[in-house]
Amino acid sequence: MKQSLALIFWLISFPLFSQEIESLKLADFQKILQTPNEKVLVVNFWATWCAPCIKELPLLEKLHQQNAGVQVLLVSMDYDLDPDIEKVVRFQNRKKLQAKILFLTENDPNAWIDKIDKHWSGALPATLVINTKTKKRELVQGELAEGQLEELIKKVNN
Amino acid sequence: MKALFLSLIMVVLWAGAPIKEGYEVGDTATDFKLKNVDGKMVSLSDFKNAKGFIVIFDCNTCPYSKAYNERIMALNKKYASVGYPVVAINANDASKSSGDSFEEMVRVAKEKGYDFPYLVDESQTVAKAFGATNTPHVYVLTKDLKIAYIGAIDDSARKAEAVTKKYVETAVDELLAGKKVTTSKTKAIGCGIKWKSV
Repeated sequence: MKQSLALIFWLISFPLFSQEIESLKLADFQKILQTPNEKVLVVNFWATWCAPCIKELPLLEKLHQQNAGVQVLLVSMDYDLDPDIEKVVRFQNRKKLQAKILFLTENDPNAWIDKIDKHWSGALPATLVINTKTKKRELVQGELAEGQLEELIKKVNN
Repeated sequence: MKALFLSLIMVVLWAGAPIKEGYEVGDTATDFKLKNVDGKMVSLSDFKNAKGFIVIFDCNTCPYSKAYNERIMALNKKYASVGYPVVAINANDASKSSGDSFEEMVRVAKEKGYDFPYLVDESQTVAKAFGATNTPHVYVLTKDLKIAYIGAIDDSARKAEAVTKKYVETAVDELLAGKKVTTSKTKAIGCGIKWKSV
C-alpha cells in the first residue's frame, strides 16, 4: 500500500533529473494503469537488449520533456532474461534517461501478458497510451513512428 | 497513365484492407516452400513420415532465440524420430538486422550443428500467414496441418533448469498419445519479428 502511494506521488510530480528505477510486481503496476490520473499514461515496454526499443527511446524522452500533460513510463522487461536491475541502472546512466523507469519483476510471462493487455503478443517493443479517467487505450506493437504518440494521445483524449 | 493510376488505387485499397491476424488453434495452415540453409527448397509435404511438425519462427540475433537455442535442438532430438520434426523459419528483414541474413543463417546452422531445416522467409509471407510475432514463436501442427499449439517453448526463458511448464513438449506428448492439447496457447516476452518497412 505504502509502495503504491509512493508511486502515485511521483506520478503527479514533475521530475527534472534521472529518477531512481522502481522495482515492482505486477499488482502494483496494474494499480498504476488503473488509478485515475490527470495525465495520459504513455507506457513503453522495452529492454536493454532490444535494438528497436533503444532506437525509439528518444521519441519517448522527448515526449517526457515536452509534454507536461503526459506521464511517460519506460517499463523494462529485462528481468525475464536477467534479474539484475543494475544492468538497467547502468543503461539509464549511460543514456541519461530522464523518463521514469519501472523494472517489472515477474516470472512466467504467459501468466501476466494478458493482464497488461490481451491484445499484446509479448513482443518488444510495445507501447500503451492510456487515458486512465475514461479507460480509453491504444496499443502499438512494434516500433513507433515519429508523431505517432502525439496522434494516439489525441485519440485517447477525445 | 490510366494504368498507373489504377494500380495506385489498388495499392491504396490493399494497404487499407484489414490485416488478417494469422492462424488460431484449430485452423489449417497452408503449406509453404522456403529455401533451407543447404540451398534446397523445403515444404512440410516433403516429410513423408511425419505425424506433425514443430514449426518455430526463430532468428540468429534475438537474445531469446539464443537462450532457447539448445532447447530447440533438444526438441528436434527428442521428437523428430517419433514423427514431430522441428522446422525453423527466419523471417527477419536482413536489411534491418544484418545478423539475420541468409549467409549468417548458414553460418549459425553450421556452427551449432542444426540437424533440422532452418528456412529463410525472405518475403515474410509465411510468418504473416501464421501470424508469428516473436522469436522464437512456436506452432505445433498435426500431419493434416491443423494448428494444435501456438506460443512459447516453456515458462522460463532465463534458465532451462527453472522451467516448470514445458508447453511444447507437453503439447506434442499429448498429440502423440492421441489426446487433446490442454494448454494450446501461451504468450512470452520476446523480440518482435523485424518486418520490412512498407
